[in-house]
This record gives sequence, C-alpha cells and structure tokens, in this order.
Amino acid sequence: MSASATDLLELSGAGAIEAASAGSVTAPELFDLYRERAVEHGGPDGLNCFTWVAPEAPEGVPVDGPLSGVPLAAKDLFCTRDVPSQAGSRILEGYRPPYTATAVSRLIDAGAPLLAKTNQDEFAMGSSTENSAFGPALNPWDRTRVPGGSSGGSAAAVAGGLAPWALGTDTGGSIRQPAALCGIVGLKPTYGAVSRYGMIAFASSLDQAGPLTRDVTDAATMLAHMVGQDPCDATSLAFPEQIAMPRAEKLDGVRLGVPAELLHPSAELDAAALQPGVRDAFDATLALAERLGAEVEEVHLRHAEHALAAYYLIAPSEASSNLARFDGVRYGMRAPDVDDLLDMYTRTRHDGFGAEVKRRIMLGTYALSAGYYEAYYGRAQRVRTKIAEDFRQAFAGVDFIVTPTSAGVAFALGEKTADPWAMYLNDYFTVPMSLAGIPALSLPCGLSGDGDGPGGAGLPVGFQIAGPAFSENRLLDAAFALEQAIGFDGSPARV
Amino acid sequence: MIERDEVLHVARLARLGLDEDEVEPLAAELSSVLDHIAKIGELDLEGVTPTTHVVDVTGALRADEPRPCLPREVALSQAPAAKDGGFLVPSPQA
Repeated sequence: MSASATDLLELSGAGAIEAASAGSVTAPELFDLYRERAVEHGGPDGLNCFTWVAPEAPEGVPVDGPLSGVPLAAKDLFCTRDVPSQAGSRILEGYRPPYTATAVSRLIDAGAPLLAKTNQDEFAMGSSTENSAFGPALNPWDRTRVPGGSSGGSAAAVAGGLAPWALGTDTGGSIRQPAALCGIVGLKPTYGAVSRYGMIAFASSLDQAGPLTRDVTDAATMLAHMVGQDPCDATSLAFPEQIAMPRAEKLDGVRLGVPAELLHPSAELDAAALQPGVRDAFDATLALAERLGAEVEEVHLRHAEHALAAYYLIAPSEASSNLARFDGVRYGMRAPDVDDLLDMYTRTRHDGFGAEVKRRIMLGTYALSAGYYEAYYGRAQRVRTKIAEDFRQAFAGVDFIVTPTSAGVAFALGEKTADPWAMYLNDYFTVPMSLAGIPALSLPCGLSGDGDGPGGAGLPVGFQIAGPAFSENRLLDAAFALEQAIGFDGSPARV
Repeated sequence: MIERDEVLHVARLARLGLDEDEVEPLAAELSSVLDHIAKIGELDLEGVTPTTHVVDVTGALRADEPRPCLPREVALSQAPAAKDGGFLVPSPQA
C-alpha cells in the first residue's frame, strides 16, 4: 500500500472510503490492519473493548458497496450469525445466533465487514461498562477511568483508533454518554428509525441502535445505511427522507434552547450537579454557536426533572419482562445438577445474571406486581406523556434543545459501583430525550479544565443536541457546523 | 422500605434464585432507589393518558400468511439440551 499504516488508521470512516475509492488502500489491507490492532490492543491486556475479533476477513461482504470495505465493530448485544453474541452476560455464554440483526446486516450489505464485537454493560444496564461478564473496558484517554456505558466498548474502540466506527445501542443514554466520556460522536436516532430486530432486548419501548464515530460525517454515513422500515420489527418506520451528508458552515437563525429545569435542577438533584469543567466547556460551546449565528435562549421542560424516576420504573419493568426468556431452555447456559424445572429456572438465572441485572429485574418485577402497578408503572407512563408534550411545546419555539451530555467527565473505575442511584444519575441529561423518543447527538466540545476531581482535567466533555422526531438531517447539519468550529482533537486517545 | 419477605416474594415471581447474603443488600438498594423514585407520586397526573407508543404510528398490519421459519435443527442447535426434535427440560415435579 502506498499510504503508511499510521496515516490509514488516522482516517475517519468516510476518509477510509475515499482512500479505498482512490486506490491508495484495498479493503483486505484495511481489514488486516485493523484486525492486527484489534487483537493486540483490544483484549483483556489492552482496552478490553472487544469481546470477539474476527479470525479472518468475513466472506459475503459485497466488494463494491458504498462503505468500500471499511470494517465495523458492533456491540455484543447485536445478534450476529455464527458469531458469539452474549450481551455482556454469562447467561448467554456460548450463544451463536442463527441470524444477524438488521442494523448489522444492512451495514454489511453496504460493504462494511464485521471486525469485532464490543464490550458492554450486561444487557446494556449500566453507565460504565463495569457490569460486564468480560470485565470492564477502559477509557483510552486515561486507563484508570471508565469509558462510560453501556456502549463503552464501542466508544473506547473508536476513540482508541481500534475500529473506524462502531454500532451501539441507547436506551437511556448508552450511546451518547460513552461517546461524551471518550471524546467521540454518538447519535441516538428517533425511536423506530432503525430496526431493533436482532438486538437482544433491554427495554423495548426505548432501545434504539445508532452510530459511534470519530466525526459527524461518519455518523451520517453510517445512519444512511441503517434507517428504514423492517418487516421483522413492527415498530420500525420508514424514514421520511434520505439521510444527507452534513455541510452547514453557519448556524444563522438556528434557535438553541437550554432547558432551565435540567441546568438549574432542584436541590434534590444536587448529585447531578455539573462539574465546573463541564459547565465551562458547555458555556464556551454556546458562545461559539452564537458566533456562528445561532440564537440561544432558555426553554422549559416542566417535567424533565422527573424523567430519571420515570425511566428507572419503565426501563426495569420492561427489562424484567424481556429477560424472562433467559431460563436455561433455548439458548445459553443452564445450571448443572438441578432438582426440577423450577429449580432449573431459578438457579440458571442466579448463576447467569450479574448483580445490576438482578437489581433491575427485582425493581421491575416489584413495580409491575399486583398492588403496585398503577402507583409505579402506570404513573411513570403518564409522566412520560408529559415529558414528550414538554418537548413538543419547546420545539414550537426552538429548533434544538442543548445540554451537556453528562454532568461529569469520565470517572474512576469502581468510583460509582457501590451506590446504584449515583450510577443512575449519569443518565440525568440523556433519559428525557429517550422517553420522548427523539433523536439526540453527543458532540465532543472540548476538554475539562481543573476542578473536576483528582486528575479530571484534560478529559473530554460532550455537548448534547436534541431535535424533534425525524430531524436527524438538521441535527447532523447543526452538529457538523459546530464540529468544524470547535476543531476537537481526538488524537491523544489513539492507542 | 422494602422488607426481607418482600424481596423473597419478588424473587420468586421473577424466578430468580438469591443467595442468603444477597437478600439484605437488595432490600436496602431497592428501598433507596424507590425513595428517589417516590417523587413522581406527588405529581398531578389526573386525566393524563399513559404513553403506549412514543412516536405517532398507525397500526403496522401485514397479511397473515405462513412464511418459512428457522429449520427445527437450527432452532434447537443453541439449546443446552434437546431430544426427539424438542427442547429437553427437567420434570416439573422431581
């Protein structure tokens, strides 16, 4: 190959497509280059971001597809035919699905060979990737810190330069928060825009697949090959327009709304208080947006501060139902030496699920149980209606709603594992959009300064932009304009 | 406050085996999470329709026609135990 390996690895996905089209690299060369790196740096002795790496270039990938052979990493919970897919859980040990998830097969059909599966919190329950049967993934900016979660393996792989781009899933922030903590772009599309077929389900009314990428152009490139109705997912919808490549340079006339209730929460939510470095980077980005022509104003999302409570009823309730299928009968592991059928169920689930998954199954089962259903799940679904209404009203006055993606920068391994609610607060800025089903993107907007905890300086901060349902094209355009002006440098994280 | 008996009852509903030393911490953790969640009990939600689907959709209907499914041996290939073309499980009453 004429270009050096280092140069090739620095290319974004779209850049690699261009290089392949220009003939400066072939698809097999690119795959082998990434495969070698993935094996060397992506396992337990490295970032531990991969749970499986392809032993060789897969067959059946069209050579002339628009993605030109640029390799893809996919979160472990995407079913991939004959390839281990265990959603970070022991209970699916040894599972090799007989079919491939639609989101993955569409990208493969567009010419992206599957390079690796990525580490995640078990069944996507977590915000740090510490709840994984494979052990935690590490943040490439600082390996004593978490990459966020639950799509932490995907984020670490892309930020570390071990994959050009990756697929993740977002239920309450699981694409956006790890993207923020790893200094990359993460997009949660509109609910229904991408098929959920073949995604091992967590909370079906919230789960949505999306891209984690080095830049906004790559997010658009991946999304363009993911969206669309799928007969295998009755909740999937035809995307109303083509996904276009973002080009905007200015934000003239674009109205950005900063939600008062989220940025100045009541005392009860003190723990979600913004770290000063995050606040500074957020404010600097707002100022930059104004210089690009945007108008920044305050908006109200009256019920947004109740989003976390509603989310932590709805998601565990749906999870307790979805995870009932893991009973040792059809796939995965079964506890040995059981007495009878009931004993097999309870011991298989005892042995196979980790602590956080057990906690959420218990919470969800409790919330759905006789006598509590209306007080918990029923109320939460009504709060959800109010939150969706709040967003609709806000979007009558502004084009986008913006917040920090996460109140803090990447935290230390083990720092938040003792207190479940402290971990759940990571989702404070991301769950309102999930409950409303609207698209939201996290853009790296700078590095934190001093004052963000010991050693917290110099870590990436994410800027969240959310728009109305199916506004992905406008959202990507606005993010692109900001991205060009910010000029974020992700290279210090490359392995 | 969630009591020990309640944890054991919910675990039975969830078909989830718990070790003795998991019960007390779960009671404390669930109580703490429910305390944070209790706030939504204060909201006036009279007359609010619960969300059933978050994006406006019309019924996704299709023709009810038989289509090929996974071949039996493929569907059984991932099972911990299979016999005579079916999933093999222990007897409900040993």
